[in-house]
Amino acid sequence: MLEIYCPYCEEHREEEEFHPVGEAHIQRPEDPESLSDAEWAHYLFYRKNPRGLHHEMWVHATGCRKFFNMTRHTVTYQILETYKMGDKPTVTEEAKDDAK
Amino acid sequence: MQKYSGFGLLKHAFSHHENWQRVWRNPTPKKHYDVVVVGGGGHGLATAYYLAKEHGLTNIAVVEKGYLGGGNTARNTTIIRSNYLWDEAAHLYEHALKLWEGLAQELNYNLMFSQRGVLNLGHTLQDMRDIERRVSANRLNGIDSQLLNTKEVQDIVPILDCSKNARYPVLGASWQPRGGTARHDAVAWGYARAADALGVDLIQQTEVTGIRRKDGAVCGVETTKGFISCDKVACVAAGNSGVLAKMVGITLPLESHPLQAMVSEPLKPIIDTVVMSNQVHGYLSQSDKGDLVIGAGIDGYLGYGQRGSFHVVEHTIAAILEMFPIFSRVRLNRAWGGIVDTCPDACPIISKTSVKGLYFNCGWGTGGFKATPGSGHVFAHTVANDEPHPLAKAFSVDRFISGKLIDEHGAAGVAH
Repeated sequence: MLEIYCPYCEEHREEEEFHPVGEAHIQRPEDPESLSDAEWAHYLFYRKNPRGLHHEMWVHATGCRKFFNMTRHTVTYQILETYKMGDKPTVTEEAKDDAK
Repeated sequence: MQKYSGFGLLKHAFSHHENWQRVWRNPTPKKHYDVVVVGGGGHGLATAYYLAKEHGLTNIAVVEKGYLGGGNTARNTTIIRSNYLWDEAAHLYEHALKLWEGLAQELNYNLMFSQRGVLNLGHTLQDMRDIERRVSANRLNGIDSQLLNTKEVQDIVPILDCSKNARYPVLGASWQPRGGTARHDAVAWGYARAADALGVDLIQQTEVTGIRRKDGAVCGVETTKGFISCDKVACVAAGNSGVLAKMVGITLPLESHPLQAMVSEPLKPIIDTVVMSNQVHGYLSQSDKGDLVIGAGIDGYLGYGQRGSFHVVEHTIAAILEMFPIFSRVRLNRAWGGIVDTCPDACPIISKTSVKGLYFNCGWGTGGFKATPGSGHVFAHTVANDEPHPLAKAFSVDRFISGKLIDEHGAAGVAH
């Protein structure tokens, strides 16, 4: 079971209180009418699904009921950070590469 | 290939079973193959077998990073059925079920295929409406599917709590008598042995690290044992399909999730059918060894770690105990997780790609085991002819762009 820090409640709580919602930072196209079918499909269905660091959205379903983002490793399941909606992640694949 | 038979068993008893032929060779990779199948699970081995048997391609290798049948083939709950709602899916799974029915004889390998019937329980009025619709659709597609009421369910499974005051009241069920279970490892081993006998090279402990292309077409795979040149690459890598696709810069609409299952200690025979419940997301059967085989729901987050969260197991067990109070003192032996590659519409992708000579068979999600023979059969056709098999046509990756999805989510009782 994951222990998740809710950035709004500012507390660690057990995974059962939360729901994963999927990949984070997906922007709704500004002008959907002008998209091709392939671009629309990409927005709807295609996800990064990485083996490694993943930025994903969670909701504190039985807590404050707010959505927030998380950076988590999809193999070790280690949670590297959680951050509020609208914020940018500080732990990224690129940042990790820069540090090398 | 040494033929297995009762007589052979007796004959080998005289030499203390020490002279059995090796089940398959352990070859060193050749320089060139016509087709390289990436992934040595049930689907990959079936693909190689049908390529060799039905399409006359014998210069084939199956490249597996671990050991044969060590991924989801070894991790599923071995349920076989074909009562899917939509025509495309129903035809594909029924094709598989028909192949299952003669497979043990064909492969000369005991798959312990047991058509003990599959029940999909309905606990709410909406469940029953969905089940009725699905049963009717199945019957129109020639699939043996029946609608049962509470009493008929109780007659088949006496230990199921069908009382009015049950936490999950049983209002009825769909019943597919031809459904059942098979021994998961034996399926992989049977296909591996038969493919090996037809000249297919099974290369284990070899990971594909890259796919080399020339003029937009596949020309070989980079592996941990060096470069292997080939004309076609058939990827059947389940949860790791996305990783392979990334090697050639294509993306697939897949998400990899952990899915958990567990077995109890062995018990005397107590349940002779498969009981599934979508509503509570638990399902149960008893293996020939006597263990209760229990499948849980999917973990919602992405994961490649082959393990999931404990509360998912806890919820499933809680539901199973509400349905089968008799099991309250049974102890669990083992629990494990596999990585399932799920598609947005819960149907597989059996498809050519934009790269010439590269094919994908993936996205089976939570229900791939039952399809093993059918999946291999139609995929082999697709690879050999560079043209989708009629049954596989609807499962092309283009459907996510055209919008012609095959929405099997929930509607068809797609719990694994």
